[in-house]
Amino acid sequence: MLEINNLHCELEDDSEVKILRGVSLTINPGEVHAIMGPNGSGKSTLSYVLSGRDGYEVTEGSTTLDGADLLEMEPEERAAAGLFLAFQYPVEIPGVGNMTFLRTAVNAQRKARGEEELSAGEFLKIIRAKAKELQIDADMLKRPVNVGFSGGEKKRNEILQMAMLEPKMCILDETDSGLDVDAMKLVADGVNALRDAGRSFLVITHYQRLLNHIKPDVVHIMSEGRIIKTGGPDLALEVEENGYGDLLAEAQA
Amino acid sequence: MMPRAKLVAQKREAAAALLDGRALPEGGAWATKARNAAEARLREMGLPVKRDEYWRYTDPRRLTDANVQPGKLHAQDDETPVFDAVDRVKLVFVDGVFDASASDAPELAGVEICHLAEAARADLHWARDLFGVLEARGQVPVARPLASLNSAFATEGLLIRVTGKAEKPVSLIYQRKDPAAEALTHHVIRLEAGAELTLLENGPVAARYNQVLEMDIADGAVLHHVRAQGRDHERAGATHLFARLGAEAQFKSFTLSANGALTRNEAVIWLDGAEGSAHIAGTTVGDGAFHHDDTVFINHAAPRCESRQVFKKVLRHGAVGVFQGKILVDQAAQLTDGYQISQSLLLDENAQFLAKPELEIYADDVKCSHGSTSGEIDQSQLFYLRARGVPEDQAKLLLVLAFLAEALEEIADPVLAEDLRGKMEAWLKRRA
Repeated sequence: MLEINNLHCELEDDSEVKILRGVSLTINPGEVHAIMGPNGSGKSTLSYVLSGRDGYEVTEGSTTLDGADLLEMEPEERAAAGLFLAFQYPVEIPGVGNMTFLRTAVNAQRKARGEEELSAGEFLKIIRAKAKELQIDADMLKRPVNVGFSGGEKKRNEILQMAMLEPKMCILDETDSGLDVDAMKLVADGVNALRDAGRSFLVITHYQRLLNHIKPDVVHIMSEGRIIKTGGPDLALEVEENGYGDLLAEAQA
Repeated sequence: MMPRAKLVAQKREAAAALLDGRALPEGGAWATKARNAAEARLREMGLPVKRDEYWRYTDPRRLTDANVQPGKLHAQDDETPVFDAVDRVKLVFVDGVFDASASDAPELAGVEICHLAEAARADLHWARDLFGVLEARGQVPVARPLASLNSAFATEGLLIRVTGKAEKPVSLIYQRKDPAAEALTHHVIRLEAGAELTLLENGPVAARYNQVLEMDIADGAVLHHVRAQGRDHERAGATHLFARLGAEAQFKSFTLSANGALTRNEAVIWLDGAEGSAHIAGTTVGDGAFHHDDTVFINHAAPRCESRQVFKKVLRHGAVGVFQGKILVDQAAQLTDGYQISQSLLLDENAQFLAKPELEIYADDVKCSHGSTSGEIDQSQLFYLRARGVPEDQAKLLLVLAFLAEALEEIADPVLAEDLRGKMEAWLKRRA
């Protein structure tokens, strides 16, 4: 599904700032991978580079989604190809209704893939069902995108977008930040409902607690722009108990 | 710096030169009196010049020159005219001259419509009490000489008196056929207590035009005014809207402006009765040789009134947007609620927005806020939309329309709002 090979990147405005220094990982269809790591290790940057945000210069390495070169694509092309990033900080867009936004996005992707666009009626039926599962009420759908939403509402809205867009590769960037226990469970349930054999997840998080709800197959530890250790779910528990100190020392040894 | 007295003398000389050899139109007794008074005001004030503080952002020469710059007529195309889907009484002006044969019969229950020339001959007392009267009142605190010029010389225009609730809008349509015509139109609208009217205006008017609207909205009356200034690129125009509101009267005025080399829209609104409400809003989309100026003065003269000014401008390729807005709250106008926002979205580095918001408050218990911003398309919003699969052009269009949305919300009728939103979307798409 997603293949990242020796990816290096630096800030576009300052080539001295090298954020990724050779990241490699392979995610197979149906797998859930987690990336953990201390602040500043490059986790969020990896998600931005994968989704095509401006401001980063890839200097080495490659990234493919089902064999297609992601780095050659515009952000909207990556989305249409099935990549989805749940933002750490979902953006507020005053003046654009949430529903209009979602319908525009769904139909733009369908159009890009050569599929028929959804009619207003069909769209409404689907979104109502999915919104209900995430406890998103009609008012939240009508309001401008993320404007006046609480932290939890914003994250649920991200998962709703994911559910509507049905991507095959989902990246969740610190989706647990700013969530209380109940909200985290709601979000995790939403993610789990989307798990299937053809869909993969890359879950970026600081804390192990999200991984109690979204069980990963593989856990990576990232530090200073590299993956320094890869293991099973136990690795996350180890971090929770001992912190990153030992792992970082081990990597430097 | 030129001494003030010398500047005033120059302005007066310019007015005298413009008036030289120009006779006031013939008309009935009250009209002649009003025109003489207007001419005297103009001579006293002189013509506007860029050195006037009030004209510092907009050069009035193209509006005051003896010669009218001709402007190309818009090529006919298949574009649906604005307000096309609305059932309305259509009153057509061609190059500023009323064309009865192209118009609907001016008949609508609760509404009297009569041509200015006809009213000038008859002794319509309500018109006599308004024509040039609100304009004269609007000459303080700043001079608006172009409006006096209009009152003195306009022979075209309609007098509309509304005594009931008009069941459909009255729609003034301004067509252009002559590439070099100048038009002076002067409309007077009087809503009696409790009356309701929607007034629509659209069309390119003339190569150069000078329009005055005097609106008297009596107690409890409701006037909705929606105007679309579009099409021809090379037109130049000055409009003045003078509106007086009685107690609990409501006034909403919205203007869409697209194209036009030079447009100055002035609005002067007096909230004379308690609990009146005046909203004035506009969206402007300009590309290239485009200069658009919204100048608004709202006087809260009575307690517990509300006013809102919402102006949004999308500019690029050298287009210039101007906003001058002032709220004056008299000492008597306690519990005033005033709001003013003017914003521009600059689509490239060559566009310019100049804003001068002002508040002058003499009452101690009021709520007034104003804000003015100038910015570009928000890159994080753009990325968010693109990351969800929305192509860049479509995402930008969505964000520009979102920027304009707050002003469009000021149009009470959703059908009219959607119509104008669609026109702006089409305009933006054509220039994508």
